[in-house]
Amino acid sequence: MYFILYLVSAIAIISTVMVITRLNAVHGLLYLIVSLLAVAVIFYILGAPFVAALEVIIYAGAIMVLFVFVIMMLNLGAHSAQDEHRWYKPRMFIGPGFLALILLAETIYAMRYTGGIRTNLISISPQQVGMELYGTYLLGVELSSILLLAGLVAAYHLGRRHYHAQPRERV
Amino acid sequence: MVNLPVGYGLILAGVLFALGLVGVLARRNVVFILMSIEIMLNAAGVAFIVAGSHWRQPDGQVMFFYILTMAAAEVSVGLALVLQMHSRFKTLDADAASRMRG
Repeated sequence: MYFILYLVSAIAIISTVMVITRLNAVHGLLYLIVSLLAVAVIFYILGAPFVAALEVIIYAGAIMVLFVFVIMMLNLGAHSAQDEHRWYKPRMFIGPGFLALILLAETIYAMRYTGGIRTNLISISPQQVGMELYGTYLLGVELSSILLLAGLVAAYHLGRRHYHAQPRERV
Repeated sequence: MVNLPVGYGLILAGVLFALGLVGVLARRNVVFILMSIEIMLNAAGVAFIVAGSHWRQPDGQVMFFYILTMAAAEVSVGLALVLQMHSRFKTLDADAASRMRG
């Protein structure tokens, strides 16, 4: 079990590194799906089977399909690869990478106090999650439905092809 | 019975979050910036699940459900903005939309 957990964690981290270094958006998207599936396996091992299923169905299924639709609608031609070559310089990763590494080192340093504490993994059933979600957190469920409605209206408004505004020059 | 250091999962979440942060800061393509934001949200979800499994409470999974809802709303608005930006500026460069004029 430990071996599977470490292996899957390595897959998640490596595929996430591949996502942020790809030139082609579709390649990055496919690596992101691999990363999300690996995280779903981690959730399952940590005793959260309901959330593992949600991760596969909603994250790797629905949200990534949205990305694929948009990349298809943009209809990026051959010039997008040249643009990407112009924008993407490996030395741009030095500054942000250094800053993020400092933050990560601080996080790991703070984790040293938890070194001795171990979690006995037990599975939390979907029934328990559902009872909690529609009992204690019912208000939050209603609020997230309002958030989704707002997202729907905003996406419909912003996604119109002919937006009646002043035509502007290319920047 | 499997038992696991609680720091392990939190460090994993931290590494994933840092990678997403680097992606947001270093990339100029808007689609990649949105993908990196998804990575960061997912890393926050990992931290919630680790904490929930440590205390054996379903609350962590409920919080992941909220993160999922928020990510879906965020990505739909973000991708609509990407489409609008591409139809106006004919590019996906984040620097092209740097002038805020109405």
